[in-house]
Amino acid sequence: MTTITHHPSDALLAAYAGGSLPQPFALAVAAHISLCLDCRATYEAHLVSGGAVLEMSNTEAVSADLKSNVLDLLDAPVAAKPAYQRSGVFPGPVMEALKGKPPRWKSLGMGVRQSILSDGRDGSVRLLYIPPGRAVPDHSHNGLELTLVLQGSFSDETGRFGVGDLEVADHTLEHTPVADPGAPCICLAATDAPLRFNSFIPRLLQPFFRI
Amino acid sequence: MKQSPPQISALTASMIAVRNDRDRAAFALLFDHFAPRLKGFIMRSGTGSGQAEEIVQDVMLTVWRKAEQFDPERAQVSAWVYQITRNRQIDVIRKENKPLPEELGEDPSAEPDASQILAVEQEAGQLKDALGRLKPEQREIIEKAYMGELTHQEISTQTGLPLGTIKSRIRLGLEKLRHELKELR
Ligand SMILES: [Zn+2]
Repeated sequence: MTTITHHPSDALLAAYAGGSLPQPFALAVAAHISLCLDCRATYEAHLVSGGAVLEMSNTEAVSADLKSNVLDLLDAPVAAKPAYQRSGVFPGPVMEALKGKPPRWKSLGMGVRQSILSDGRDGSVRLLYIPPGRAVPDHSHNGLELTLVLQGSFSDETGRFGVGDLEVADHTLEHTPVADPGAPCICLAATDAPLRFNSFIPRLLQPFFRI
Repeated sequence: MKQSPPQISALTASMIAVRNDRDRAAFALLFDHFAPRLKGFIMRSGTGSGQAEEIVQDVMLTVWRKAEQFDPERAQVSAWVYQITRNRQIDVIRKENKPLPEELGEDPSAEPDASQILAVEQEAGQLKDALGRLKPEQREIIEKAYMGELTHQEISTQTGLPLGTIKSRIRLGLEKLRHELKELR
């Protein structure tokens, strides 16, 4: 197991635990927690705080028949939702987003591939496959972007990101992530803005140079 | 003077009875405790009384159906119920499934370690006290965070949470949990 050195901030974990995060970010954080015991512990501690807020809430009387309704329904049959397990490099939440199927890669040229998991009003999330030495396609830099490494690694001006590492970048960060030598880098990239590829082609054509 | 040893709370004991023995009387106790609090908690976000009760019903049924996932060595009953509630609210209000982390591979032990349960309860109690001692405006922001009402700006700037005051508590709980989790692997 490699050592994870780049984690979501405590505030981001709290926002995830509380359910404030847009879906793409929530997926990236859930996938990181699936790989990182430290953040799982922080997340569970935040659930305890959430539980305390629940305990301290003002009570509101419930209808007289709610309890008997619930008791009557206890043994009613329910359709179980499928539980998605980790498969290869993809953690459970990513498998869920893939609906249990392998990613459908689309070529972006130069050996780079992507598989869009969702692209909607509250942002986008996709898988990226980047051969060694190639640049990670530029994300839209309008808002926050979270990039979780699932295989291999990439490096940019801020450091090296290996399996399980989560890079949190906002529009103030000027960086050029490049996949390291070795296995192709597979990562999950979540943004809170719809996909844009303006600067993608120039970035792809940059020569590979190791820092 | 000799103090009697601290006891596991009635809520935790009831939840273990539901999990291990499918104990309906214990479930009824949990319902009596949580249903009015849940309804109050849900209505604070602006949900009407009728829809809030539907969510309460779904949450309590999930507590019964998923009881085998409850692990008192790691989570307080209220933390567990809180998580189920937020997921259900997101499901109903935003029509989305909140992505959840993988479950740890290990099932909770049938005979949980009482001292570990007490440690978790004590930690949670201190956290609750710390929350109760916050200035009202600080507490409001924390509550907002755990009700899922942080704005995009507050998340992006990551400065909206005055978590410093309870951070040490979270860290203590975290260390304990992390220790436990590492032993699981
Ligand atoms: Zn982490």
